[in-house]
Amino acid sequence: MITAFIFRALDKKTWAVLIILLAVGIILPVLSIVTDPSSAFHVPTYLIALLGKYLCYALLALAVDLVWGYCGILSLGHAAFFALGGYAMGMYLMRQIGARGVYANPILPDFMVFLNWTELPWFWYGFNHFWFAMIMVLAVPGLLAFVFGWFAFRSRVTGVYLSIITQAMTYALLLAFFRNDMGFGGNNGLTDFKDILGFNIQAPETRGVLFFCSALALALGFLICRAVIASKFGKVLIAVRDAESRTRFIGYRVEGYKLVVFVLSAMMAGVAGALYVPQIGIINPGEFAPANSIEAVIWVAVGGRGTLIGPIVGALLVNFGKTWFTSGMLAEYWLFVLGALFIAVTLFLPKGVVGAILARTQKKPDESKAPPAVSPIQASQAAEEGA
Amino acid sequence: MEKAKNSLLYLDGVSVSFDGFKALRSLSMVIEPGEMRAIIGPNGAGKTTMMDVITGKTKPDEGDVYFAGNTDLTRMDEASIASLGIGRKFQKPTVFESHTVWDNIDLALAGVRKPFATLFHRTTKREIDRIDEILATIRLGDKRNWLAANLSHGQKQWLEIGMLLAQEPQLLLVDEPVAGMTDAETVQTAILLKEIAKTKSVIVVEHDMSFVRDLDVKVTVLHQGSVLSEGTLDAVSADPTVIEVYLGR
Ligand SMILES: Nc1ncnc2c1ncn2[C@@H]1O[C@H](COP(=O)(O)OP(=O)(O)O)[C@@H](O)[C@H]1O
Ligand SMILES: [Mg+2]
Repeated sequence: MITAFIFRALDKKTWAVLIILLAVGIILPVLSIVTDPSSAFHVPTYLIALLGKYLCYALLALAVDLVWGYCGILSLGHAAFFALGGYAMGMYLMRQIGARGVYANPILPDFMVFLNWTELPWFWYGFNHFWFAMIMVLAVPGLLAFVFGWFAFRSRVTGVYLSIITQAMTYALLLAFFRNDMGFGGNNGLTDFKDILGFNIQAPETRGVLFFCSALALALGFLICRAVIASKFGKVLIAVRDAESRTRFIGYRVEGYKLVVFVLSAMMAGVAGALYVPQIGIINPGEFAPANSIEAVIWVAVGGRGTLIGPIVGALLVNFGKTWFTSGMLAEYWLFVLGALFIAVTLFLPKGVVGAILARTQKKPDESKAPPAVSPIQASQAAEEGA
Repeated sequence: MEKAKNSLLYLDGVSVSFDGFKALRSLSMVIEPGEMRAIIGPNGAGKTTMMDVITGKTKPDEGDVYFAGNTDLTRMDEASIASLGIGRKFQKPTVFESHTVWDNIDLALAGVRKPFATLFHRTTKREIDRIDEILATIRLGDKRNWLAANLSHGQKQWLEIGMLLAQEPQLLLVDEPVAGMTDAETVQTAILLKEIAKTKSVIVVEHDMSFVRDLDVKVTVLHQGSVLSEGTLDAVSADPTVIEVYLGR
C-alpha cells in the first residue's frame, strides 16, 4: 500500500529533484571537509551552514505550498510550527550541555539556575533523549495544528479570516515564549549549544552531516508531497481549493481533508525548524514573529504556488537575495524590496517563476488548445446529420 | 408521518428565514420513489433555498425533512446527505476547473470518501469503465483530457450532470440546468434528464417553459416560499392564482 503510494509519485521530474537534492547534500559537505582551504573547490564551513539554513527554509516553503497551493488554506502562521520544531530540538541541545554550562548544573540549563529554579519543569522531562526530542519535533507542531484545525475547519473558517487567526496564533505564541516563567529561556531563547548526539556542533563534519540531513529532509518532504498530490486525496484537495461546497455536495467531508493536510504540513515545518536550530546555533521567540510566516508565503508566491518545485526555488532565490542585499549598504531597505518583489510577482508572474517557466515549456496539445466553439451536442448532431 | 413512510422525499411545514426575510414559508411537498418533478416559480420564490434545505446547506427554522421514509435530513451535514444518495447540480455550473474532465467524474464517482481511503486508493478497472460510460452519456468522451476550465458553458452543465450520475444518487436535484444553453442543447438536456429519470427520482427547477413542457411531468409552482399550485403543466397554467403571480406577467 505504502510502496504503491510512493511509486505513483516517482515520475521523471520527481526523480530529477530527488537526485539533485541528494547530490548537493553529499557533494558540498564532502568538498568542505576533504578539500584544502586553498583549493578552488573548497566550500567554507560558514557557507555550508548558510546553505543548510536555506534548505530548511525551502522545506518550510514546501509545507506552506502544500496547504496554500493545493488546498487554498493561506496559513500566515507556519513559522509557529517551524519554531516549535526548533524549540523541541533546542531543548534536547540544552540538555546535552549538561554540567558544561556557566553554572555547571548537570540537570538545569543555565537560564533556569539564573531564575533560581531548583527543579526541572515537567515539560522538560525526556528531552535528554534524542529519540524523544525527535518525536516531539513532529508531535508538538502536529498537535497544535490538529487542535487549531479541528476548531477552525469545523466552524468553516476560511479565506482572510483563517489567515488572520493563524497570525493571531503565532503572535500569541510569540508573547508566551517571551515570558521567562514559561520555562523556555524567555527573550534569549535557547543557545550556547555544545554538541549533538555526542558530536561537537561546531565541527565541520557535524555541520556537513546536518547539511546532508537538511537536503535529505527536503527530498523526503518533496517525495511525500508528490505522493499526496498524485493520489486521489490530492485531487480532492485541489477540488476543495477550486470549489469547496461542490466537494461537500459530492460527499467529501472537507474539514477532514483540511485537517489531515494541515497537520502533515505543520509536521514538515516542525522538521525544518528542528534542522535549522543546530545549524544556526540559537532559537528564540523572534522565530514566532508574524512577519516570518508572511515571508514564507512570499517565497512560495515568488517561486510559484501549487507547483512543489516553485516554493523550493522561491525560498532559495529570495534568501540568496536577502543575504546579498542585507550585507550591502542598502541593508535597511530589504523589507521594502521584499514588499515590492511580492507586489511585482502578484501582478506580473501570478504563477511565480516556476509556474511561468512551466507554462512556457509544457504545452500539452490536448490541454492548451482552445476548445472549438461548438458544443459536444452540436458536434454530435453534426455527426449524425453527416452520417 | 404516514405519508413520509412511502415517499422518497417528504417536506412538511418547512420554514427558513434570512435576517427576518422569509425565504420559505411552511413549505410542504412529497416526492414518490422514481418520480420526476418540475418546480417552477418566479425569481426569489425559494426554489434554490429549498434545495439548500434538502442537501443540508441550510438548516430550516421549522419543519420536517425526511428522506426514504425515516431519515431526518435536518440533522445531517452536506457530506452525509450526499452519501445517502442525494446529488445536486447547482444553478451556476460548478465543476473543478483545474481538473480534467476525467478527474471531475472520477472525484464524483460513488465509492471512497474518507481521507485515508483516498490517500491509498487505486482506480479499479470497474471504475475506469464506469467513467468511460458516463463520458459517453454526456458526450464528452473526446474531451476527457481537457481541463474543465476550457469547456464551454453548456459543456460544463453537462459535465456537472455527468458528475451527478457518477455519484449514483437515488434522488437528483437539478437547479436550472438549461440556463445559458442553446435551443439545441436544451432539447438534448431534456432527453438526457428523461433518460436518467427512468431509474432515479429527479427534481428539476427551471424557468424555461418549453423545457418544462418537454419534460412532461408533474409540476409544482412555488411562490413566496410556499406551494401555490400543483398538477400537470396544463392544469397549473390554467390556475388563476398562478396566472396572476407568474405566467400572466
Ligand atoms: N443566504 C441568504 N441570505 C439572505 N437571503 C437569501 C439567502 N439565500 C436566499 N435568500 C433570499 O431568499 C429568497 C429566495 O431565494 P432563492 O431560493 O435563491 O430563489 P429562487 O431560486 O427561487 O430564485 C430570495 O429573496 C433571496 O434573496
Ligand atoms: Mg435559484
